[in-house]
Amino acid sequence: MKNMKSPLSRARGLGSAKSGVQHWWMQRVTAVALAPLVLWLAFAVASLPGGDYATAVHWLRQPWVAVAMALFLVALFQHSQLGLQVVIEDYVGNEAAKLTALLAMKFAHALLAVASVLAVLKIALGGA
Amino acid sequence: MSAKPSSAARPLSPFMLGQYYRFQLTSVLSFAHRLTGIALSFGTLVLAWWLIAAASGPEAYAVFHRHATAWYGQILLFGWTWALLYHFCNGVRHLVWDAGYAFELKNVYRGGYAVVAASAVLTVAVWIVAYA
Repeated sequence: MKNMKSPLSRARGLGSAKSGVQHWWMQRVTAVALAPLVLWLAFAVASLPGGDYATAVHWLRQPWVAVAMALFLVALFQHSQLGLQVVIEDYVGNEAAKLTALLAMKFAHALLAVASVLAVLKIALGGA
Repeated sequence: MSAKPSSAARPLSPFMLGQYYRFQLTSVLSFAHRLTGIALSFGTLVLAWWLIAAASGPEAYAVFHRHATAWYGQILLFGWTWALLYHFCNGVRHLVWDAGYAFELKNVYRGGYAVVAASAVLTVAVWIVAYA
């Protein structure tokens, strides 16, 4: 018997981990996206002439900074929630507690992501 | 259905470090990668606060600025910078493994030492740029 999988299982392409390799792959994709963005962010913020409001807003208002920051935020929150998902799955044994923790963590990430990106948009589009 | 084996008998990372396994570069760096990842996830809160404060106006930003420039804020920012750059360097090490390279033990150790050195150098470099 060559393949013991049912036709539906074969069509889905998933293994016993339920989500296949999608999680592993997305973690790597976001990591590769974050690599240059993290270096840029760290050094760009460090080289800002001052930490005050005017400097920060002036910097974030530049179109390419806003774009890079928005991309960074999307990749960051995706990478972060994928990573924390693995941590929660490892340490929270009780199924109900694990599901609660996972959902709370993912929703918190979605909230922060939307809030941060909206903040960047507001600054970049001149509403701040 | 057989009875579930007792999970209390088997230690879960990181609790076996020190007790059942001696510290090695490999296990320590692996745990540091997870720990810095968790710390960075909490750090996203501060990042979000900074951006929202900047979008909210000078008064809101002044509150953030006051905490960020205080001694505890600077300590946290320094730690966060190191966590970020360590996680980044070790992340690259992971991507190299994912591509199928550097699995030999001596290269695992070489990469490990390189990550520790690079993250320290980069952290100092960022802070010199910030204050120079």
